[in-house]
This record gives sequence, structure tokens and C-alpha cells, in this order.
Amino acid sequence: MGVPAVSEIATTVVEREFGELALNMGPQHPSTHGVLRLVLHLSGETVVRAVPSIGYLHRGVEKLAEHLAYDQLPPVFERDDYLAPTANSHGFVIAAEALGKIEVPRRARWLRAWVAEWQRVASHLVWLGTLGLDLGGALGGGTTLYMYCFREREKILDLMESLTGTRFHTNFNMIGGARYDLDAATAARSQALAAEIGAALPSLAAMSGETPIFRERTRGVGVIPRELALSIGVTGPVLRGSGVAFDVRRAAPYDAYGELDFEVPVRAACDAEARFQVRMDEIAQSLALVRRIGDGLPSGPIFSRKPLKNPKATKLPAGEAYAAVESPRGELGFHIVSEGGPKPYRLKINAPSFRNLQVVPHVLPGGLVADVVAILGSLDPVMGDVDR
Amino acid sequence: MNAWLVAIGSSALVLGVAMTIVAYMTWLERKVAARMQNRIGPYEVGAPHGWLQPLADIAKLLVKEDITPRAADVLLFNLGPVLVVVPALVGFAFVPVAAGVAPVDHPYSFLFFTAFASLTLLGIFAAGWSSNNKYALLSALRLVAMVASYEIPMIVALLVPALLAGSFRLTDLVEAQRGLWFAAYPLIGQASFGIFLLCALAEGNKSPLDLLEAESELVAAYNVEYSGIKFALFYAGEYAHTLAICALGATVFLGGYLGPALLPGVVWLIAKTVALFVVVLWIRWSLMRMRIDQALRLNWLVLLPASLASLLAAAWWVARG
Repeated sequence: MGVPAVSEIATTVVEREFGELALNMGPQHPSTHGVLRLVLHLSGETVVRAVPSIGYLHRGVEKLAEHLAYDQLPPVFERDDYLAPTANSHGFVIAAEALGKIEVPRRARWLRAWVAEWQRVASHLVWLGTLGLDLGGALGGGTTLYMYCFREREKILDLMESLTGTRFHTNFNMIGGARYDLDAATAARSQALAAEIGAALPSLAAMSGETPIFRERTRGVGVIPRELALSIGVTGPVLRGSGVAFDVRRAAPYDAYGELDFEVPVRAACDAEARFQVRMDEIAQSLALVRRIGDGLPSGPIFSRKPLKNPKATKLPAGEAYAAVESPRGELGFHIVSEGGPKPYRLKINAPSFRNLQVVPHVLPGGLVADVVAILGSLDPVMGDVDR
Repeated sequence: MNAWLVAIGSSALVLGVAMTIVAYMTWLERKVAARMQNRIGPYEVGAPHGWLQPLADIAKLLVKEDITPRAADVLLFNLGPVLVVVPALVGFAFVPVAAGVAPVDHPYSFLFFTAFASLTLLGIFAAGWSSNNKYALLSALRLVAMVASYEIPMIVALLVPALLAGSFRLTDLVEAQRGLWFAAYPLIGQASFGIFLLCALAEGNKSPLDLLEAESELVAAYNVEYSGIKFALFYAGEYAHTLAICALGATVFLGGYLGPALLPGVVWLIAKTVALFVVVLWIRWSLMRMRIDQALRLNWLVLLPASLASLLAAAWWVARG
């Protein structure tokens, strides 16, 4: 599938040319996870063809990056994938450090992993809640699941507030280290919270994956065969739900992950249920990781250089570098091209949501309209990440 | 002349009582849902627990702009909400409130009630078709495919109490339960009551069978183009319809106005109706939505055979004496 032709997304043309009902799903639709627009060619309620039309949330972040200093960029990128803000700045600072060959103290590397894992839990809780909304509706059991997911997520935001003073866009990662240090009280709170959310997980599963209707709605729906997943290049839980054990944390360890012991959950069923199970396992894994990091957190400084007088002072040498992190949605990479100086010449973001969304035209046909929302929910795209 | 006054007065009374109860059912639903979801629900409008919230909602909906899409079929578009709300309210007129007393006591009042309850679907179809909106159209198609087919097991399940009572008069049906509620009859009672409850979810458009509204798929489906007072009528009609079905269930399965004499019969009737309504809400706010093919399979392969079997069993029970 290349760029969709106008004749495929203009509904009146579709109806004239193909003789099918063309349904504009989005950009304003409760279940397209933001401003995704899908043009569904329907025969009855069966989807014959699905043409995604994106760009409604394009903010030109990559162009913007060429005009801002490196030190100004992390908070800008945190608005890309707005369900996992710190994952974006994490990917950027790692790429910048790779380009500048900047040393990061061990404690900062562990702290970044700690924040990243909490971010993964928080993001997956939003995913589970919104999947509930997709499957159960705002006027049904979906909202109930959503509310309980958000109750748990709220505690994570409170934890981040006690670490950084900000609940969500924490601006925690910075080139060369971490901005905030973890005090003993917050560390103890984190350990207790990991146990608390771990104890709440079974009840969330009981409201979702263990109910027969949820299982019927997701099992065998949206099958992405292993070959298709590899040829399209889907990533993250979507790839691992298709039986490919690829995780950036394992394949190209960054920060503390080389020293940490964790499992990469994989399912071979390739359907929406498999992706659901992968993410549920990842929540448990991330909680275990958070506790492990809290137990083994090394002491020392959290920033490698002397405090900068000018907050825009970081200069990177000429050259280019690519580095990626495993964001909650998959491989999130930053490619920086520098000509020296305080600003990038060109910056490219390899966004996991964009890669995962490309599978949509392949898996939606043949399903019903109700399957469309189930599949989209299982892909967990964030439009801020897709359009950037 | 006098008879007319009585008729108008009593229907105004029924309408007023029914509409007030319907308005407060929205408040009840929001409170029940909030409790299930670890929230508080309406609280600010009216001192104890936002008891004025329904009035505020009505006022808000009344002053909203009333929009008719240019491409809509104006006659059907305006008729839709009326067709939803009127039959649902007419149904209440058949519900017996005391021994031998019902606003309308007809030998076939039971059949009339079910017929009027089904009529609301016509209004929804009119709305879905006339809106000239694809989401509304899909909702109308789902209505034809699904809710119409859920009518069959529902009527068959409702025939079981009628068979056991040997009458289609609702007052007779209640009197026949003086010894034992029909829902308490071993197996046949429970089976038909369960089938009725499931079909009521589909009829009342409640999750897991709220495929007509399915706002996560079809946005707001048949009422997507409606605003202001017409939307308010849909809203009221939906609650009135659900409440009417709950009143029917309470009457034919749970002994209607029967109960210990310390309270008047009408209080027992309302208590049972509201209890059944809360059960519907409980199911609604717990479960995810089914897909259209799964809902149809459940209907044709499970509910319909089960309802026919319970009807046969009831016939055998009656024939045996």
C-alpha cells in the first residue's frame, strides 16, 4: 500500500467507483484513538477495504527540532507520544549521547530505566482502559474498566509528581544524565506502589481478558501473521504478539538494561488477544523491574558534567547517530544529523505507532465494523506519535 | 364529559408519575454506575447527592439548539423521537397497581403491553433511516437484523407465565402468582425469566447487547444527528422503554403488586421494577459489548431453542395439571 489515492479516500468517489458504502471513521470518532481517519469501504457491515488517512495531528516536530537547541528538545519530544512522554525524551537523549559520546553516571542510567518502566506501566494502563472503551463502550462495562485502570495510573502520576514536581510531562531525561534524584521516601513509595498495582492486576484482568465476551471479541481477530509483521516492520507488543521475540532493551541494551534481568513476553497467536496478553505480561514485568531497580539502585551523581550556566549550551560534534529505546509502543528511535553546534541539522524520529499503524489496511478487510475498533485498540496507536 | 375528564386526568397522572420516575432513573443510573466505578456521580446540583440533576439535564436539553439536517427526511426525522417515547409510556397504562386495578384493564392487556413495547423500535428505525447519516443507517440495519430477532425469544419466554396463568390479562397473571412467583417455578420459570432478562437488554439497548447505540463503533448511531428536545425525547424514551420492560418483568415474573400487606401494592410494584432496573444496570456497567454476529448467534442458537423448550415444558406442566 502506498500513499492512498484521492479516489480511495473521497467517499463520494468511492461510492460511485466501487459501488460500496464508504464510511468516514474519524478524524472525529470516539474509538480512533485521537485523530486517525479511516475510510472504510463497507459491504453491509463487512469491511472490504480500509484506507488510513493520517496527518491531522502533524505539528512539524522534526522541522521544529532544527531550530531549537539540543537542551530545549526533550520537552518538545515529550509531546509526541503523549501517553508515554518520558519515553520520547529518553530516546532523544540516548541518541544525543551516542553522537556526543557523553558519559552518563551509573545512577542516572538506573534512574532513567526506573522512570521508563513506570512510564510503560502507566501507558499500558491507559491502553487497557481505552481498549475497554473500544470493546465495551462509554455506556457500558468499558468505562468501568477504564476507571479502574485510571485509578492505578493516577498513583503513578502522583509518584512522578513527588519525584519531579510534574505529574506527566516530567522532563526527567536530559542529555548526560537525569534531572531529578530519587530520595529515600519516594523510593520506598515506589516499592510499595509496585506491590499495590501488582495486586490490582488480577482484578483488571478479571474485568477484561477473563470475561467470555472480551475473549470472543479479541480471539482470532486482527491476525497479523509473523511474515506480515516482519515485512511491514511492526514493532513492540504488536511484533511480540506475532511471535517475534524482539525487544530493544534486549537486542541493543541501553542504560541499565544490560545489567538487569527481565523476561520479554512473547505470544505466537498473532491476534488481538495475543497482543493483549503480551501487554498484560509486560505490566507485570515492568513492575518487577521497577522493584529490582529500586533494590539495586547504585549511589553516586546523576549528571556527568558540571552544572551548565547556560541551559542551551550542549553542543554535539558533526556526524550522525541513531539510537532507540523500547517505548511502551515499541522501538522508538531518533536519528540525529549534526554539523556541529547547538542545533541538529536534521532529526528523524522512527515512531513505533506509525510503523504499527501501517498494518491496518492488511488486517481490517474481512472483519466487521466492530472488529475495526477492537483491532485499533490492540495496536494502541498514539496519533501524536504517528503524525509528529 | 365526565368520563373524558377522568380519562384525561388519569392519563396526565400516569404520564406525570411515569415521567418523573423516568427522570429519576437517569439519576439512579448515574449513581449506580458511579458506585460501580469508584466515583461519586452527580453531587453538585441539589443538596443531598445532586437530586436536582435530572431537572438540570432537562433544562439544558430544552434550551439547546434543535437541528434538522438539510438532507434528512423531515417528517420521519421529527416523528422518530415521538414514536420512541409514546409507545414506551403507553405501556405503563396496562400495568396493574392493585388487585384487579389497572389504568387500562383489558383481556389482552399482556399482548398490548408487549406490542407497544416493540413499537418503539419503529421510532428508532425511522430515526436511523431518515437521518441520512451512514452511522445512523448502520444502526437501523442492526436494528432490523438483531433487535427484531430478539423479539421472538422474548415473546416466547413471556408466553410461559401467560400459559401458567391461563390468561392474557395482566391482572389475572399477577393474581395467579399469589402462591408462587412465576420466576420461582422450578426450571421453566427461571429459564424463561433469564431469557426475558437477556432479551430485555437487547430491547432496552443496554450493554452487552447495545449494538444499536454502540457509540465506540457507530458514534451515537441512530441519534447521532439529533440534538435538543428531540434528543431529550430519545433519552427519555430509552429509559421509559427499559423501565416499561422492567415493569413488565416485575409484573409477570415477580408477582407485580403482591407483597406483605404492610406497604400498598403499588409500592411493591415500583420497588420490584426499580430492583429489576438496577439488575439491568449492574449487567450493563459490567460487561463489554458483543459483536453483531455473536449476538445473532446467541439469539438464534441459544435463546430461541431454550425459550421454545421452556414453553413446551410449561405446556407439559399445565397439561399435567
